[in-house]
Amino acid sequence: MTQQVADSVAPLPPVTQTGGGGATSVSTGKKKRPGLLTRRDLVILAFMAGIPAFIHVFFVWVPTLGSVVLSFTSWNGIGGLDRIKFVGIKNYQDLVNVYPPFWPAIQHNLIWLGVFLLIATPIGIFFAVLLDKELRGSRFYQSALYLPVVLSLAIVGFIAQLFYAPEQGLLNNVLGTTGQNGQTLIDWLGNSNINLWAVLAFASWRHIGYIMILYLAGLKGVDPTLREAAKVDGASEVQTFFRVVFPVMAPINVVILVITIIESLRAFDLVFIINKGLNGLELLSVLVTNNIIGEASRVGFGSAIAVVLLTISLGPILVYLRRSQQGIGE
Amino acid sequence: MSAATAGVYVRKKGIRWRRVALHAFLITVSLIWLFPLAWALYTSLRPYADTAAHGYVSFTGVLNFDNYVNAWNNAELIRYFGNTIVIVVPAVILTLFLASMAAFTLARFSWRFNLAMLLLFTAGNLLPPQVIITPLFRMYLAIPLPKTFLTANGLLYDQYIGIILIHVAFQLGFCTFVLANYMKTIPNALTEAAVVDGANTFQIYRSVVMPLVKPALAALAVLEFTWVYNDFFWALLLMRTGSKLPITSALNNLKGQFFVDNNLIAAGAVLVAIPTLIVFFAAQRQFISGLTLGSTKG
Repeated sequence: MTQQVADSVAPLPPVTQTGGGGATSVSTGKKKRPGLLTRRDLVILAFMAGIPAFIHVFFVWVPTLGSVVLSFTSWNGIGGLDRIKFVGIKNYQDLVNVYPPFWPAIQHNLIWLGVFLLIATPIGIFFAVLLDKELRGSRFYQSALYLPVVLSLAIVGFIAQLFYAPEQGLLNNVLGTTGQNGQTLIDWLGNSNINLWAVLAFASWRHIGYIMILYLAGLKGVDPTLREAAKVDGASEVQTFFRVVFPVMAPINVVILVITIIESLRAFDLVFIINKGLNGLELLSVLVTNNIIGEASRVGFGSAIAVVLLTISLGPILVYLRRSQQGIGE
Repeated sequence: MSAATAGVYVRKKGIRWRRVALHAFLITVSLIWLFPLAWALYTSLRPYADTAAHGYVSFTGVLNFDNYVNAWNNAELIRYFGNTIVIVVPAVILTLFLASMAAFTLARFSWRFNLAMLLLFTAGNLLPPQVIITPLFRMYLAIPLPKTFLTANGLLYDQYIGIILIHVAFQLGFCTFVLANYMKTIPNALTEAAVVDGANTFQIYRSVVMPLVKPALAALAVLEFTWVYNDFFWALLLMRTGSKLPITSALNNLKGQFFVDNNLIAAGAVLVAIPTLIVFFAAQRQFISGLTLGSTKG
């Protein structure tokens, strides 16, 4: 996500919050119309907005369109652009019908999404709700949970290996499954039946902290009188959360949902560090890169996988845009 | 009366018991969360000979920094840290500079394309990097540039400038949003006063608006530093020369070559994590506010 993916951690997109007490921005008077500005000011402003917009469009959106166009072509990357041949939807047909890792990758991405959506994200929300209670030591708990968020996924991958390595790993030494001295061996990262789950444990370790931080910030913005009113009405804490707080948090809930989906699609670093995304750890993101690393790269084919990834991403992105349009359209 | 107080007493006792259980639960969870890094730290401080003799799950009490010295010297980590600085510092400064200008025009003036630009930035910000990597890789190989100090081979590929630019392009969207939202809260009276004094638009940006958004800039700088530092993907794909890789991307090559046992792997991981751990301990407030500025402010 470069970035973080992750990221890096993935960049968290901005949104508006309607329910928050002090969190909503103050609109301060009317904005200027460009017509009121001098010609010189207009030129300055055009540069100030134009240069960043150009860089973003040129390096992000031009390649995005490039992926779409190239996905209908055949090109090995050698020779000029005139060597590109249009082949219609052949790349997509090959992808679905004859490319062995495609369906496993789809399946693994779905499992990744399922674990994040049904387990990691709810746990993150749960921790946020607990930490919102203003307990003593709350800062310590919060810090502990968010520690993995600052670590790169590459480091997380290294730490995972300290746990899962066959002979030197912590887990096998504790369980007595190192494969040495007549013990049976559990190959956590090598066995394609379990390695995805082993990796997901560490991916969740980080994702839970991330969600906890975001949700906690959202909870701080909820009007406290709502909770008090619910309490006066005799609602239990669980009822208060599900009937009052959760609905008020709708804008944040959408952000959390979108981030969870996007993070699942961006997953790359961890599996690449562990085994370059092979043997049970295939993901769409890895398949794209596998087709461009190396001498004779399959540009068209790799692009077709990228377009599959793009198409899936567009769902959450559009939900997100619709949701933030209300906030930024004023 | 006595019945009423007894009732309150019972309820209080119940609440206290629940509090204790809650703390016990949270302490357990916190320890579980800290354990992986603590384990890495412990492993990294133990001599390999010791773990070989007693096993990794043992407590022999011998702890020293030998693994760190070995990891640092053998893998020439200083070089990769240097590469990281060459990428991170310009990338963060450029991102914040360009984003603040874009945010300024978006927040202070109504243009017809405001909405379009904001939507484009948001959507671009959310794309998985792998969606764009294939054509980007080709563009980096195809676009000719004059050979200057910025690019030794006349390309964006295999050059620091190429890595810096893709970071800037990808991070611009997020920073622009956060800063635009922040700038919207600045009262117009302040900028109008400057206009009356004869300041032009750029002067207003530089001497009125920028000083007021310093807290947001600080938060974003911390956050962007962490993200760019932690990036593994872009340099992996867009840098060919191994010795020019930033530390996070270089880590994987060093494993197997120099980090041969778990003790050295642990030491390498901790060393590379140190800058982000500094962020964790010293700039936690900025990091969290940067992360949440985007999600809660509008």
